[in-house]
Order: sequence, then structure tokens, then C-alpha cells
Amino acid sequence: MDRLVRAFPLTRRSAIEAARSSDAAERARGLQTVAAAYWRPVYSYLRLHWRKPHDEAADLAQEFFAELIDKELLARFDPAQARLRTWLRICIDGLVANDTRAARRQKRGGGAPAFDFDSIRGDVEALQTLASPEVAFEREWARAVFALALQRLQERCKHEGKDRYYALLDAYDLGDRPSYAVLAERFGIAVTDVTNRLAWARRELRTTVVEVLRELTASDAELREEMGALLEPS
Amino acid sequence: MRHLDDAALSRLREAVSEPDLSDTRYRLLSVAGRGGMGTVYVAEDALLSRKVALKVLELTNAPETLLRREATMLASLEHPGIVPVHDAGTLPDGRIWYAMKLVQGERLDEALQRPPGLIERLRIFLHICETVAFAHAHGVLHRDLKPQNIMIGSFGEVLVLDWGLARLFGDGDDRARAGTPGFSAPEPHNDAQADVYSLGAILSQMQPLPAAVQAIALKATAGRGERYATVAALADDIDRFLEGAAVSAVAEGPWQKSARWLSRHRVAAGIVGAYLAGRGLIFFFTGH
Repeated sequence: MDRLVRAFPLTRRSAIEAARSSDAAERARGLQTVAAAYWRPVYSYLRLHWRKPHDEAADLAQEFFAELIDKELLARFDPAQARLRTWLRICIDGLVANDTRAARRQKRGGGAPAFDFDSIRGDVEALQTLASPEVAFEREWARAVFALALQRLQERCKHEGKDRYYALLDAYDLGDRPSYAVLAERFGIAVTDVTNRLAWARRELRTTVVEVLRELTASDAELREEMGALLEPS
Repeated sequence: MRHLDDAALSRLREAVSEPDLSDTRYRLLSVAGRGGMGTVYVAEDALLSRKVALKVLELTNAPETLLRREATMLASLEHPGIVPVHDAGTLPDGRIWYAMKLVQGERLDEALQRPPGLIERLRIFLHICETVAFAHAHGVLHRDLKPQNIMIGSFGEVLVLDWGLARLFGDGDDRARAGTPGFSAPEPHNDAQADVYSLGAILSQMQPLPAAVQAIALKATAGRGERYATVAALADDIDRFLEGAAVSAVAEGPWQKSARWLSRHRVAAGIVGAYLAGRGLIFFFTGH
């Protein structure tokens, strides 16, 4: 996924709109962005809802994104009718209902990037007994959104010479929340610097999360809904 | 990049939600509650060493003027039934916040679990009506009146909270339909009658109620045209009930009028009754 994000840098424009663009490059960028955010949820949905074994779920998910890109399915998505996640789940259901292994073998690859389903197999299997397929789908979506935002923030920090700001966020919010005093000692800075740099990194992370969600939504109302779903999962 | 397990996901959610108050005089203490429009935190005002309620509005991409409206609207309504706004500002990430008095007390829906006496319940209801009527007089509709948005303070004060969906009369924003099922009027919220409906729904929750008050609640939640036109008209009917006078919600027959007169003038009726009984006894024994 990291490779994917670097290959298709996110912009502030909605990926949904980009996916419907008449410009082929813009259309590809939009589709790739959606794929980057949804490959994990799609795989988990196939595993938990359709109870597909790992290999078959990975094949189907790969095929799903190949079709999404090759057939430009996103052009048919109407934000006024449903949220993107709901619509994608309906598309997956359709794909599974019409699935034939022979067809899949022919479509495998297509224009979609190759996803590393082996790397998330353990996470999804751990969810099997803990969450419904819908909850798992939402959780994997949230994980993907945060992963995209963190990736972009990390790159920005590196570009601006603020690697250590990101490192603080990584140690505190992705780590086990050591005290500010421990972090100050570990990074060789004052506790007030820890407070300020962490506040900056969190603020930038929020802004980046909003940017990522803006790309994955088609309207301000949908953006607000998605922000709510991300921060306050039901 | 590190793998995001569920614990990390939860910490990230918290990190992204938590407002950055480093440029303000407030320090977060805890979350008091979350709603559709934002989150209310308990915070400490470091300058004045007191606790405040700090609301952070969550509308991610709405124009700042819209976001500021709740705070400015509230600040413009100075009334004992409306929580005063102390301070307001913008977070570095663009979210609007405002600090207001931290109200300690019990929500009306909680208070009604152990309902106080009828007179106290109606006193509370009249205070709610006064506050809403005051807002209407200043051109503001609440649009989300319900027991959960009414706070009974430690000293009996009654406060109407959560003006997040409020709008000005004639305001044509895109949030025309609002409120909570069961408490919001069936028609679009576009005038004072919408709040009258919600008040009627609140009154009907204040059980047990005598028949006349039940009739008032029914009239307040009736269809447009039959409903009280204003909050003041609704409150007047409650006042009339408390004074023992006829309420507009009940069409009385002669017997009901007599019963209400007797109930209202018990002492006078008792004196007249005693006088007539005495005269009757005198007549019986003396024939005069």
C-alpha cells in the first residue's frame, strides 16, 4: 500500500469525481485512491460475510478492483443514493453472485495494483469471532484511512525536516503512550517541546485525515458523515 | 510504517478528536457528552480557576459563519434559562469552540424518573416556556426541544440547552428539517409552532397529568391550525389551570363549570353551604 500511495499522491480533489473524469490519467488516479482505501475492507468482507477462504477471497478482491478499474464501475456510483462503502458492498455481493473461477482467472491482474492480502490475513481472521462482517468492514476502512493519512503525514514531515515530530506521534499515539517526561528524555528535548510538537503532529494528522476523507467522498454532507463514522464508530 | 492494531486505532481516534487547546487558557478534563453537532468537554479555565463546559463544533467543512452562528446566537440570548457563553474561538484545525457555564444538575428526562409533584412539574414547564418564548421574541427557534435538552440545576433553575439546531425565523438554510422523532413537529420547522409542538410533547411526558393539562398537551401537539399559535398562548393556558380558571383546551359544559367553580372557591362555597344548612335547621325546628 505504501508503494501505491507514493505512486498516486493524494490531492484535495475528490477521488469519486476524478474517477468519472474524461481525462484518463485523472480517472486512473481516482480509482487507485479508492482502491488504496478499500482493498482491506473488501478482503475482510469477502472473508467474514461470504466466508471465503483466504486464497479465494484474495482472488475475488483482486478481481473486484480489476473490474472497478477496467469497467470504470465508479462512474455508475450515485452519492445521492448511498454512501460509497454501502455501494461497494453491493457491488461485491453482485460479483460473488456472478463469480466463476474461469472468469476470474482471465480477469486477474487487469489494471489494478497487486495487493498484499497475506499481510492482513491474520488481522481479519482475528476479527472473525469478534465482529460482524459489517463492523469488520468499517474497522478495516478506518484502519486504511488512518494508514493513508499517516503515510502522507510521514512523507510531509520528512520533506519539511520534521521527522522527529512524526517520530513523537509514532512513539506516543501508535506506541504505548509513554509519559511526556520519558519521551523528552528519549528524544533529548524539553517536556514543553514534546507537548508542542505532539500537538502540531496531531493537528496535522487531523487535517490530513479530513483531506483523505474529502477525496473519498462526493459532498460536504457525506464528508461530515464519514468523519463521524471514523471517529465515533457505532 | 508501524502496523495499526485495534489499540492504535483507538488511540488515533482519540488523538484526532481531542481539541488542541494549547493556544487557549483552557485545559481539557473530561468528555461531558457528544452530539450530532459537536462534543462538550469539561475544561478548566486556568485564568479564573473554574470549570467550564467547552463545546467543540464538528462541522468539518461548513462555512465559518455557519459554525459561529450557534455561539453568537447563544451569546445574544441573555436569559436565566439559557446557559451564558463566556468565550469563543477557533482551533488551529479550524473547528469552532465556545466556553460556557458548566451546569451541575439533572436532565429533565432523568428528573422525571422520580416525578416531583404536579405544581413543581408545571413550574418547570412554565420556565421552559418562558425561555423559549424569550428566544422567539428575539427571532430564534430552538428546533430540538426534548427532555434530554432541559437541565434542572442544583438550585431549581431550569435551563434550555443545545441550541445547535437553532435558526432564525425566516432563515432559509439547508437544515430545514431537524429535531428528534417523537418531539419534532410532523411539518417542516419554519415557525414558532414547531417549538410549540415539541413543548406539548415534553408536557405529555410529565405524567401523571390531570385531564385539563392532558388536554393542553394534546392541543399543543395537534395539527397546525388547531395548535396554540404561540408559546405564550400555551403558557397562558397552564397559568389559567394553576389559577383554577377555564383553559382554552377544554370546552366545558355547565356541570364542569360548576365543579371547577366549587373547586376554585371551596371556602366561599363552604360558608354559603354552612349558612344555608343553618337556615334550614332553624326553619325545620321553628317553622320560621
